[in-house]
Amino acid sequence: MSMSFAEIVEQRQGGSVAVSAGVIPAIKLSTKNLSFFYGETQALFEVTIDIPARNVTALIGPSGCGKSTFLRTLNRMNDIIEGTRHTGTVWLEGADIHDKRVDVVALRKRVGMVFQKSTPFPKSIFDNIAYGPRIAGEKRKKVLAEIVESCLKRAALWDEVSNRLKESALSLSGGQQQRLCIARSLATDPEVLLMDEPASALDPASTARIEDLIFELKENYTIVIVTHNMQQAARVSDSTGFFFQGQLIEMGSTLNVFRRPKEQATEDYITGRFG
Amino acid sequence: MSEQSQPVPHQSDEQSTVNGLQRTNASRSKQRIGVAFEFACRMSTWFSVAVLVVLLAGLIWKSWGWLDADFLTNFDSRHPGEAGIWAGIWGSVWLMFFTMLFSVPIGIGAAIYLEEYAPPTRLTRFIQINLSNLAGVPSIVYGILGLTTFVRMFGAFGANQKVLAISLGFGNLRIPLPLDRTVLSAALTLSLLIMPVVIVAAQEALRAVPGSIRHGSFALGATKWQTIRHQVLPASLPGILTGVILAVSRAIGETAPLLMVGAFMFVTSTPGGIQNPVDLLTNPQGVLDAPFEPFTAIPIQILNWVQHHKHEFEHVAAAGIIVLLVVLLVMNASAVLLRNRYQSKVRW
Amino acid sequence: MTSANTPLRTPAQSAELLRGHVTVAALKERLIRGVLFLCALVSVITTLAIIFVLVTESIVGVGSNTAFFQDVSVWEFLTETRWTPQYAEQHFGILPLLCGTLLVAGIAALLGLPVGLASAVYLSEYASPRTRKNVKPILEILAGIPTIVYGYFALVFVTPYLIRPVFQDLLGFNVSIYNALSAGIVVGIMIIPMVSSMSEDALRSVPRGLREAGYALGSTKFDVSARVILPAAISGILASFLLAISRAIGETMAVTIAAGQSPTLTLNPFESVQTMTSFIVNVSQGDTPVGTPSYKSLYAIALTLFCMTLAMNLLSHFIMRRFREVYE
Ligand SMILES: Nc1ncnc2c1ncn2[C@@H]1O[C@H](COP(=O)(O)OP(=O)(O)O)[C@@H](O)[C@H]1O
Ligand SMILES: [Mg+2]
Repeated sequence: MSMSFAEIVEQRQGGSVAVSAGVIPAIKLSTKNLSFFYGETQALFEVTIDIPARNVTALIGPSGCGKSTFLRTLNRMNDIIEGTRHTGTVWLEGADIHDKRVDVVALRKRVGMVFQKSTPFPKSIFDNIAYGPRIAGEKRKKVLAEIVESCLKRAALWDEVSNRLKESALSLSGGQQQRLCIARSLATDPEVLLMDEPASALDPASTARIEDLIFELKENYTIVIVTHNMQQAARVSDSTGFFFQGQLIEMGSTLNVFRRPKEQATEDYITGRFG
Repeated sequence: MSEQSQPVPHQSDEQSTVNGLQRTNASRSKQRIGVAFEFACRMSTWFSVAVLVVLLAGLIWKSWGWLDADFLTNFDSRHPGEAGIWAGIWGSVWLMFFTMLFSVPIGIGAAIYLEEYAPPTRLTRFIQINLSNLAGVPSIVYGILGLTTFVRMFGAFGANQKVLAISLGFGNLRIPLPLDRTVLSAALTLSLLIMPVVIVAAQEALRAVPGSIRHGSFALGATKWQTIRHQVLPASLPGILTGVILAVSRAIGETAPLLMVGAFMFVTSTPGGIQNPVDLLTNPQGVLDAPFEPFTAIPIQILNWVQHHKHEFEHVAAAGIIVLLVVLLVMNASAVLLRNRYQSKVRW
Repeated sequence: MTSANTPLRTPAQSAELLRGHVTVAALKERLIRGVLFLCALVSVITTLAIIFVLVTESIVGVGSNTAFFQDVSVWEFLTETRWTPQYAEQHFGILPLLCGTLLVAGIAALLGLPVGLASAVYLSEYASPRTRKNVKPILEILAGIPTIVYGYFALVFVTPYLIRPVFQDLLGFNVSIYNALSAGIVVGIMIIPMVSSMSEDALRSVPRGLREAGYALGSTKFDVSARVILPAAISGILASFLLAISRAIGETMAVTIAAGQSPTLTLNPFESVQTMTSFIVNVSQGDTPVGTPSYKSLYAIALTLFCMTLAMNLLSHFIMRRFREVYE
């Protein structure tokens, strides 16, 4: 690689770094002493983190270090897996998401998720996007059509598919499918978007499109993205957290983490000494 | 290279030694056993094929000249030349309709519970083992179950039959208690009989839907039932339907349980007096009566003819069997078509 | 790093995460789950109902109703050699029926098990993929043919065109038109597809490595098939055998049509015999008054049948599970 990660960050952010550094961003999601267990095996160890609102937070770390697991605790997708449990707390805007009275369905509407492997439903493009609003009770055709259009536009997919909304989503290319999945999660009007290696299965051109998209989306959404591509983290994120063996080793502004990592492990990982 | 590996001399000359690679007498006899073994296995396989060919050819031969339009539209008769299978066809149609009505929703419901909801408890495991055992219970035992619980209702209503009448505006629903030897008793019995098959087939179809579809739906804030209803079921429906058709085609040929619940061997009427599809619309009272009337079915009529002392009836029986096999063929072919279309269309 | 968990909204605003007590939607979800659970329970209830019906009519009577074994002793049932419920002098000895059942099932096993296994070996070890693709649907068709058709086949083809020419005309036996042999042959044909497909699955799940190890030791294809693969798959094959025999024992229509209705204690395959299943059919077709011992004997026979097939099915199931544990 010709450019250091820090250079990528600096070049990208230019003057805006100083501005956003001056403001203490509001906290959207935070966890305290969050541990997570798959049966006997512990996958997360006492993770405490604050995720700022309307920012892109990247989570990096070697494979198997618990990034996905952590991400999936944030909208309780791990509830689906049998025999799992957690200790510690997760707050969404100060509300404990594990509170007995919390409705996971409402939680997942506010905290959307995009998976590593795109998971279009075997339905038409239109129906894929309209699915979320429909199950939330929206029946009016006109409203649904508006939602579909605006979501596809925000996901930068509208121009490519506007004339074939009735075609099967499975006929789209891999990159388009992933953007469709992003558009689909936007349709439930979430506040947070969790992305688990959204571009890892895509070609460089599609990856670039997704990254541009993430950059635009952060105007309105809080985005947490897991990636093991550090250039990507450097390109798109404002803050970065480094996970290692189930622990959050270091968390800070992307610039600082890449330029002046506090921990030896972070530095070793970033400079490619392992992982 | 060429000097290092000389081509091995060809084996055409038995005498020539090939450095211990030549066949000994022992290996030759061993080889003969091998050939015989393969031959036996091959013959066993073709035996089944031969049986099928003989069976079909024999049936066609025996039914030749007996299977015509009259045979399809006549009622049964004491004269072999006039006997027909009309009552059996209508009986089987009613039976299949009600059998599907009961077994398909319950079977799919059970499969959904077991695949999507059931926690891995002992009860779940028990239900699953119980299913595979039920599939192995002889059909005649189901017949006895149906006879006792539906036809006689444990004798709970004494010697005199009671009739529960419900007025529905366009006609009266007259439900006999106990259910007695009626279409409904038989359909309920057949439903229990094919339920395990339906459940297992539906479970397989549900299992084939990838988990990513479910996760994608959950992540959009769908509830469990919404996910099943809008994603899992539509995606697995072709597979489920294929299984259902195969299960129902098993029920069509079942004879023993129908005999037990009192199918009539010789009937010259159809349930509810409905004799052609138009009657279904013009005769609502007949439709309401049909499930509570005596009946016969295609395999029952065949049995009657097979057991008839008059020799000519073996031709009538063959004609009846051909009709039954054609019905089965159509159902199986549609199941296969459905499966193929679905497999080529949806690739995850 | 700011660590204070300052909420952006007031708790009241965040309350949209909470469900308003029990919402209608949540109630609906729970209701649906309950209904689906009931659906799954139907199969359990079916089993319980079968057991209940068979037991109350044959072992412990309910109410004024006496059960079969309260009228007839278990000892007589098991040791008496005559089965004459329809005669004035009634005898209830299951032995003739059991004998008829085992005779037919035995003949069926003699034909169906080896042929089924051999075609399984052929399909999994020798046949080209194309042959397999063509032959397997034929076996499936054979499995889907209603049993009454096999009964017809036995009565109209097997006895007059196969058994009588060979055993009566050529060898001089006296072959009754209804005979155990024809029934056994068609039941044997009926179980071939089941044995073949289950055994083939078992053979195919023997790991590839085992096969290659066999060839590497210089074995011929026969050696590998007969000495390596078959023994390795033996429990899966055994499970298929058990299931097939259980099927043969429970088979009704073909046997009723082909083997006749005379409960005789004989091992002569050319005579007419009555099996447990054909006796049950026989009673249901006649006018035996409900409540008499001869009517209730139907339940005692059915209970015996149920227990025999259940035991074999369960055994097959557990053997199969052990087999799977070894290879999967
Ligand atoms: N469903 C699961 N069941 C059991 N263990 C799991 C499961 N998913 C992940 N793990 C384990 O948890 C650890 C963290 O996995 P994951 O969160 O997927 O890591 P990452 O996304 O960082 O690669 C790994 O050791 C993995 O083996
Ligand atoms: Mg991961």
